[in-house]
Amino acid sequence: MHVLLNPPFDGKKILASRKRIRRELLNSEVVYLDKKVAILGGSTTHDIRDILELFLLDYGIRPLFYECEYGQYWQDVMFDAPALIEFKPDVVFIHTSNRNITQYPIPGDSAETVDTMLQAEYKKFSAMWDKLALDYGCTIIQNNFEYPFWRLMGNADASLVCGRVNFLTRLNLKFAEYAQTHRGFYINDINWLSADYGLEAWSDPLYWHMYKYALAMPAIPRLAQSVANIIKSIYGKNKKAFALDLDNTLWGGIVGDDGVENLQIGQETSMGQVYSEFQEYIKSHKQLGVILNVISKNDIKNALSGLEHPDSSLTPDDFIMIKANWEPKSENLQEIAHELSLLPESFVFVDDNPAEREIIKQSFPNVPTPEMITPEHYITTIDRAGYFEVTTLTKDDIARGDMYKNNAARNKLQATFANYGQYLQSLEMHAEIKPFTPMYMSRIAQLTNKTNQFNLTTMRCTQEEIERFSAAPNYITLYGKLQDKFGDNGVVSVVLGEIQGAVIHIRLWLMSCRVFKRDMEFAMIDEFVRLTLERGLTEIRGYYYPTAKNNMVRDFYEKLGFILEREDETGNRVYKLDLSGGYDSKNAYIEVSR
Amino acid sequence: MTREKIFELLNEVFCDVFDDETITVTEATTFSDIENWDSFSHITLIVAVEEAFDIEFSMIDVLDIKNIGEMVDIIEKEAR
Repeated sequence: MHVLLNPPFDGKKILASRKRIRRELLNSEVVYLDKKVAILGGSTTHDIRDILELFLLDYGIRPLFYECEYGQYWQDVMFDAPALIEFKPDVVFIHTSNRNITQYPIPGDSAETVDTMLQAEYKKFSAMWDKLALDYGCTIIQNNFEYPFWRLMGNADASLVCGRVNFLTRLNLKFAEYAQTHRGFYINDINWLSADYGLEAWSDPLYWHMYKYALAMPAIPRLAQSVANIIKSIYGKNKKAFALDLDNTLWGGIVGDDGVENLQIGQETSMGQVYSEFQEYIKSHKQLGVILNVISKNDIKNALSGLEHPDSSLTPDDFIMIKANWEPKSENLQEIAHELSLLPESFVFVDDNPAEREIIKQSFPNVPTPEMITPEHYITTIDRAGYFEVTTLTKDDIARGDMYKNNAARNKLQATFANYGQYLQSLEMHAEIKPFTPMYMSRIAQLTNKTNQFNLTTMRCTQEEIERFSAAPNYITLYGKLQDKFGDNGVVSVVLGEIQGAVIHIRLWLMSCRVFKRDMEFAMIDEFVRLTLERGLTEIRGYYYPTAKNNMVRDFYEKLGFILEREDETGNRVYKLDLSGGYDSKNAYIEVSR
Repeated sequence: MTREKIFELLNEVFCDVFDDETITVTEATTFSDIENWDSFSHITLIVAVEEAFDIEFSMIDVLDIKNIGEMVDIIEKEAR
């Protein structure tokens, strides 16, 4: 995380120092995900592009940009701008504002007149979105509308149908409805952003009249961060977990010194209310599938007694891991990450103590350590960063907390068995391994973007791409869902094979870290081989492309009996499996339905 | 703030915006004297100067500024 991009950031400072920030970001050793982003503006977009690049680089995404000519956002799409077609965007960001409204109602317009106007304005946009989806199959990010900075009728602007505030509010709702019913379409909520920033400052007319910017220059970093958050979320770069301190973070006071009865928590005091509201905020993240953990310098007995305080909204049950000891917090974070099979940088480290934050920063530069200074602003500090920006909300997200809890139970069970096979047997595993089905398309796309460790080729796909593979006759697609006696893990593995002549190439093979070492990979290859033979093919080729994170599957194909054909100087490997001499099933512990 | 002090701080702003430590601005420097200057970096520069001196230029100011000396005149008037 670049220090100047860390919220609450100074917009003007970012604008002024963009060249240096860019240079510093590009100097860091990051394996970037390359994406093509088209910015289609209804106003100037030059600085928006510059600053959006910084935030995306900071998230590990290296953008290649296309910008339309000034104000040509609609024309570029509707009249097939050749440069845009050639560019083949992965993401289109439509930067429009209330300056782009074709026609506003005037006082006295009838409800019917305004309805017609509203419909016309909406159709202009929705026709463009439909065409984008059809022609490019790309992700679409669309600004909604900020309120006007003046009100002809005062408060009545909001309540009368002929008022501008009323008109834009209705239009925003229609935009939201489109988002609810169209996958791959996201609203960039500048209505909220401008309110949060201050509408008067956001809409400073100087920037429109001087430079044709629809928002004040100093507000551009907030806009760019918001767009970057949507993009990084789509490409699986959200954070996944909290590592939370206890004393003076989740409650006021030090439980070991002050005693449980003297902690500031609950409705009795104003400071107690602040911490209660913060606890509720943290707890709500469970609904998004964010994993809650504690790292506290405390005796475990004291830590638990604090969480068992009758006014504490968070209880020990809400956490997957509670590390309360006197070891360095960096070691505890490393351990939690290891035990949950997550990377340390998937965590957000929340601690009021600057010294503890510093240790984490030193050990894990990519772990965000928001500056928790005044308890009443804890929520804002975390919220403005957008660590957990939601772009899909799947059932799996909601159940993830349970899943990790079940994993912890499985690990306990493992310790009681003589050998690993006996343990696997005891799990009573049942897998569903089938071709991609509409029900799971979004989960499958999500997995291709989030999975880093067990991922042979790290091929990232949008949902639209997944749907295309599923429909194509020359692909064998498989998803694997795994259940055991502790619960349902959901869809955890994806394999994609492309048939070319007499050979099938495995373009994608991934598995979620939730189910490592459960023999799920054997069940997957068995089914893949069965379908391959069914098509009359006897040769499979597997590929391994090394990344910073997938070393664990370097020799994976060898374990499955593939023969290494060649390896280039960068470590890319090609494997071959010849089925002409038959195939022995590898899975022994999972019952499979297909 | 003395005129000399303003120049010193202003020079830092220019170096930051153009990411070039070799820039030296004087009374007579015009924007087009600076390597890599264009209308977009001009806007960035205006915002950066506002930030550095905690002032706000009006539209008339921005339209009128022809060289660094004139910019410093306005800063001298606005900043305290």
